[in-house]
Amino acid sequence: MGPEVDTPAASTAPAPARTAPRARSRALRSAGASLRSLLRTRETSIIGALLVSILAASLIVEGFATGRNAGFLILDVTAIALIALPMTLVVITGEIDLSVASTLGLTSAVMGQLWVAGLPLELIVPLCLVLGSLLGALNGVLVTVAGLPSLAVTIGSMAMYRGLAYVVLGDRAVADFPFSWTGGATARLPGTDIPWIAVLIAVLAAVFGAVLHATPVGRALYAVGNNAEATRFSGISVRWTKLWLFVLSGTVAAGAGVFWTLQYGSARADNAFALELSVVAAVLLGGVSIFGGRGALPGVLAGVLLLGVIRNALMLADVSSDVLDIVTGLLLVASVVVPTTLARVRERRPRAAPPS
Amino acid sequence: MSGTDETGASAPTSAPPAAGAPAGHGSGEHRGDGRARLRIPQARELGILLALVLLVAVTTLASPGFLSGQSVRDLLLGATLLAILAVGQSMVLITRNVDLSVGSVMGLSAFAVGMTFVSFPGLPTPVVMLVGVLVGTLCGVVNGVLVAAARVPALVVTLGTLYMFRGIDYWWAGGRQINAADMPDGFLGLSRVTVLGVPLPAVAAAAVVVAAGWYLRNYRSGRELYAVGSEPAAARLIGIPVDRRVFAPFVVNGSLAGLAGVVYASRFGTLDATVGTGMELEVVAAAVVGGVAIFGGSGTVYGAALGALLLSTIDAALPMLNVDAFWQQAVVGLLILVSIGLDRLLAVRTARRLRGGGPRGA
Repeated sequence: MGPEVDTPAASTAPAPARTAPRARSRALRSAGASLRSLLRTRETSIIGALLVSILAASLIVEGFATGRNAGFLILDVTAIALIALPMTLVVITGEIDLSVASTLGLTSAVMGQLWVAGLPLELIVPLCLVLGSLLGALNGVLVTVAGLPSLAVTIGSMAMYRGLAYVVLGDRAVADFPFSWTGGATARLPGTDIPWIAVLIAVLAAVFGAVLHATPVGRALYAVGNNAEATRFSGISVRWTKLWLFVLSGTVAAGAGVFWTLQYGSARADNAFALELSVVAAVLLGGVSIFGGRGALPGVLAGVLLLGVIRNALMLADVSSDVLDIVTGLLLVASVVVPTTLARVRERRPRAAPPS
Repeated sequence: MSGTDETGASAPTSAPPAAGAPAGHGSGEHRGDGRARLRIPQARELGILLALVLLVAVTTLASPGFLSGQSVRDLLLGATLLAILAVGQSMVLITRNVDLSVGSVMGLSAFAVGMTFVSFPGLPTPVVMLVGVLVGTLCGVVNGVLVAAARVPALVVTLGTLYMFRGIDYWWAGGRQINAADMPDGFLGLSRVTVLGVPLPAVAAAAVVVAAGWYLRNYRSGRELYAVGSEPAAARLIGIPVDRRVFAPFVVNGSLAGLAGVVYASRFGTLDATVGTGMELEVVAAAVVGGVAIFGGSGTVYGAALGALLLSTIDAALPMLNVDAFWQQAVVGLLILVSIGLDRLLAVRTARRLRGGGPRGA
């Protein structure tokens, strides 16, 4: 046993010794580079999976590859796509917001109640967005000022916001919104099948992507997720960063709530029930690490679309929607279990001989 | 794999477990931290008990019928499901994990019970009940393997299995509904059997609570769950087989969710694929309200059971107090937030007290 232990230990010893004298910043930079390359492969694989699934669906499923259907697909994933944008940033900083779907539901309920009360939609919509910001700010304050784990906080606020939605509207539905608004929500760009909301999503995604990947703010988010302590020393306010992200998350969820209400022409307290699961699934599927510090927006968009394509194709192919739950679950589990297990296997291989 | 780690490390680490033992048994007189940690959960449980007594008192004053025998039986029956689930969830939470799939597991096993009665009418009732529990156990094994194998947050894994188990349930049910007529009267009557006036399911739940509480407090492997939840890396270093200690609560939790499915089937008699949807939230809420920290390492199943009882009582009391039933969920959410805040406050205070007590050796 003894000599076997010694040989691999002796062979691995020089490697750290060689890297030790290097400047720490350079080591960090190379770690960043390898991280980025890992990221690139994760992203490439999810985008590849998206393209393959689109191609397969176009070939196999009749009626999939039509402009009309593409329009429906986009409308179907709109809420998830919108909420996934800020969620990506939140998860990259190592936090999570499970209250988004409840925020959407509460916004919808308030929107319905205000409409019943006779307010004009021009006023209701901004009020709803402000409400979303406040709901997000409450989460943010509990996380940053009180120092509570966001998972616990947002499980609590998820229950509370959904409960408040029922308090506001009960189990009633408000459906008499003017057609100019409900029809406008699902309107297509003139002469095409593309819903105008797709343009908004694209613009927002570009803005979020640019901020995340090309500005100091974006780099700060990764830094916060990788090592909050070190980031604090480098002069970035981790608290303010996270607080604003939660406000952003709440605001966008409220915006999605307004759109949802108009799209389906119905304000209900149970709108988008459990949608947070789909959002988190899409974000993680897109390669964002639940531990924070890793992930990219293109991957997340591909994740959103992949779930949408699979759902749409299965429905067109008359496969029961129940299978979708199984597929979603399998994808989610595989997307976290497979890479981490592979990494562990790879990590273990050099150390296989010596008992730890 | 961890087995070899463990045996390899157990020889040189006979001292650290011994050092951890006083905290575990709460007997070391010079270990202030050990006793403080034990005192806090007690304080939490007392607080919940107080809230419960207050709630019952106020409700009884407002509506004297609240404490009648029948409504107390209904209340206990209502708390049974939640308490059984909360006990399993607490054991998972203590190891710093979470099982969001319990609602789906309960639904799947409830439907399995119904389907077994329909497909094999000749089977004796206890065998069918065992089938329900085994379905839950199997789901727990799946969760446990995925979490322990990948060491990714259980949140993500059980979010995935929440979908999967629910999907399997829908796929299996295919829109079918199982009614009381499909199940034998003997099985459906189990909920109405009482032991000294207490409904049988409530007795079963109490037995589950006491057994789990006993195990966590008096067995070394039970105490090690707390060690794993407090600091997984440290637990690994002192030779605790962390992967196994994480795996086991998932299996137990699955079995208990299966048991809850059996109780559900017996009590309600109407089963479809939607049974237990969204239940996971209420279960986590009961545990958290009961003082089980969502970030692991502290809490007791007694607290969780009390939390379940409190939530069920709120449920029953709100209509009696003429409070709109729609407020219930909002109150639950608020309770969760207050509980986590309180937990944090206590933790900060304890940390300050310990720091004031002088530095402690690493």
